[in-house]
Amino acid sequence: MAARALREAGRRRGWAAEVGRRCFSGGSAGAAVPERKEGGGGKSVNLFTAVNQALHIALDTDPRAYVFGEDVGFGGVFRCTTGLADRFGKNRVFNTPLCEQGIAGFAIGLAAMGNRAIAEIQFADYIFPAFDQIVNEAAKFRYRSGNEFNCGGLTIRTPYGAVGHGGHYHSQSPEAFFCHVPGLKVIIPRSPREAKGLLLASIRDPNPVVFFEPKWLYRLSVEEVPEEDYMLPLSQAEVIRKGSDITLIGWGAQLAVLKEACEDAEKDGVSCELIDLKTLIPWDKETVEASVKKTGKLLVSHEAPITGGFGAEIAASIAERCFQRLEAPVARVCGLDTPFPLVYEPFYMPTKNKVLDAIKATVNY
Amino acid sequence: MAAMWLARRAARRLPPLLSRHGGEPTRPWFLGSTAPPPVLGSPPLPAVERIFRRGFCSVRRFAGESSAAAAAAADEEEPENGFAGGDQAIDFPGGKVSFMAEMNFLPESHGERIKCYRVLDDDGKTISGSRFQEVSKEVALKMYSEMVTLQIMDNIFYEAQRQGRISFYLTSNGEEAINIASAAALSIDDIVLPQYREPGVLMWRGFTLQEFANQCFGNNMDYGKGRQMPIHYGSNRLNYFTVSSPIATQLPHAVGAAYSLKMDKKDACAITYFGDGGTSEGDFHAALNFAAVMEAPVIFFCRNNGWAISTPTTEQFRSDGVVIRGQAYGIRGIRVDGNDALAVYSAVHAAREMAIAEGRPILVEALTYRVGHHSTSDDSTKYRPVDEIEHWRTARDPISRYRKWVQGNDWWSDAEESELRSRVRKELLQAIQVAERMQKPPVAELFTDVYDQVPSNLREQEQLLRDTIMKHPADYPTDVPV
Repeated sequence: MAARALREAGRRRGWAAEVGRRCFSGGSAGAAVPERKEGGGGKSVNLFTAVNQALHIALDTDPRAYVFGEDVGFGGVFRCTTGLADRFGKNRVFNTPLCEQGIAGFAIGLAAMGNRAIAEIQFADYIFPAFDQIVNEAAKFRYRSGNEFNCGGLTIRTPYGAVGHGGHYHSQSPEAFFCHVPGLKVIIPRSPREAKGLLLASIRDPNPVVFFEPKWLYRLSVEEVPEEDYMLPLSQAEVIRKGSDITLIGWGAQLAVLKEACEDAEKDGVSCELIDLKTLIPWDKETVEASVKKTGKLLVSHEAPITGGFGAEIAASIAERCFQRLEAPVARVCGLDTPFPLVYEPFYMPTKNKVLDAIKATVNY
Repeated sequence: MAAMWLARRAARRLPPLLSRHGGEPTRPWFLGSTAPPPVLGSPPLPAVERIFRRGFCSVRRFAGESSAAAAAAADEEEPENGFAGGDQAIDFPGGKVSFMAEMNFLPESHGERIKCYRVLDDDGKTISGSRFQEVSKEVALKMYSEMVTLQIMDNIFYEAQRQGRISFYLTSNGEEAINIASAAALSIDDIVLPQYREPGVLMWRGFTLQEFANQCFGNNMDYGKGRQMPIHYGSNRLNYFTVSSPIATQLPHAVGAAYSLKMDKKDACAITYFGDGGTSEGDFHAALNFAAVMEAPVIFFCRNNGWAISTPTTEQFRSDGVVIRGQAYGIRGIRVDGNDALAVYSAVHAAREMAIAEGRPILVEALTYRVGHHSTSDDSTKYRPVDEIEHWRTARDPISRYRKWVQGNDWWSDAEESELRSRVRKELLQAIQVAERMQKPPVAELFTDVYDQVPSNLREQEQLLRDTIMKHPADYPTDVPV
């Protein structure tokens, strides 16, 4: 259901552009971003093109930047690396053998030599062979050496999440695994403009970053993206819709679902405040806390299975910080605790109506 | 080469693929192998035809995509009917592959084991006809002194652990030649990505005994700020990446580092060390394959010491050791006597030249023996015979063999030997005393270096911890400044 709705929405270019415009004039414009004229948009592009633009800029502005991974040479299976090898040469943009632990390990070594290593893992579902390298090596590189060495130039890009037909191994949202690892930053953008600014910020951040790209939005999400080089701040959440009755928080593709739920709830007279977390670790508790202190209610939503999901961390932290102000239990609308199922995807997903029901139940608690 | 040619010739003579035992017995696998793989009965004709047709399809497919070189090679093999010699060979990515009529499986081994390069015999005399890299008297003596220093450091730190003064230790006993001689063959610009039994490499580069002691005691002068167990050394100044405990994870890093050196056109390579057990890890295979494909100037140095904690190599792999695996990845390699300092020095010297000049990885397998226990948490007499350990500790000791050579050159005397040993011993005891008395790193360092800057959640946790320390000071060590 949500799948269809989202797809249609995408075709109409409705929600994404709107969300995008809001974010542009909202909190994230300005900080760390080269000054731009307000409203001076740039071309309308989809998310993979925005990622592609960011990679062009990253390679162009730093001769020590490299882009590599499985099939990136011809442009990548999602077209994110189109044109890079032609422009920057095969020494800086290249295919790797089909081996995720090799990609991550190679990238760490490259980054540790003072380069910007931008590695692609073709699907987040396949990141697990690289888990040891990411968790035991990348994340601890600086700490374990007492800052003698670091691999801060490392950015691992990887498409994540549902796509309508991905089944077990082309749909997962494994972000919570990485949120349990001190030393990593975990970033998930919601739209093309966000993707470009956050990716450039991630690449230039002096810490290893796992950057999850919502693959569902690669083509669906279209908005005006400034053509120039700009960055959006990490570890800064953004209120993308103001409201007074309940706070909704999510990241990546799920924000589209939440936004639709907000709009429907409004028709029923419920005013929702919607927050895009953007950076999952280290995360911006203050923005969420301030919102919940105002609304007294919180709903967290993500595609990943509910148990042990990052929503649990948010719920626990907000319960600690806002216990006196909470007027209802924190609601979680998430994926089911099953492997990601193919034909059951519409049942598995945290759909708009599931969110809407939870909004009502929480508001009427 | 000859075998391939024979195979090709044999294939030409055959009525294509249909004869079961046609042609002369080429069997290149058979040379030196006592038990050839079984020859299976010929498959029924239709299956053969299917295979054959698929072969033609492949020829067509790759002919269109192949490089100019491959196309040229195809031309010289009389491409009748446009199939590029499809009845004798096939153009396939990587080069022409000849057909053969027999169903010959590759053998599991070459029969005879790969030979081991050696310069010094057991008496420390150079083997006649052996070719090796000349070592000046100065370098030769430095090598000897550092091998002895490493041995004494191991003995004293091991004792310090036994006395409870440090929490853990791990010796390099028996592998002193590998440690020092390989280091001596490198330049300081070469990047070292160690495992954990190569402190001699760091010593050669100038890490002082005091610096070693500081790390083992985890004091305020430890570069790692007391965060890792003893022996996890690292030094940016000396291009020696900090040791991490997971096995073989440093191998892919070495490829990335080497690639960076190559892109920067540096006259340097990366070298990474690991044991026989490490070659079973996925990272070993990932790294070798990446290095070959990326043409990275990296030396993979395997210390095959026979034991991965308690697991002997017979339970680790069934290949002829490690060096053979390089071939499967397209990597040049050498097996070397790891207890022969001159052989190790020469092999690494040559490996370095090739790696840098030709932009290629090299695999070195040094045969040696872990004379000590795996670590202070291990008692190796529980799983291996004491006389085996004794044999390697005495008859095969790399230090005494090398000393014989050095003394044979009249470069060293017994007096110098005892002076060296007592001086090093004194220095080490002094270093330990200083390291032990030094303060631990302060609590604040618990929270730094997780990220380049301390994020808000960690600032908050630091404050909470400080409050708890104030309330329950007895719960916390007194030697860590708050």
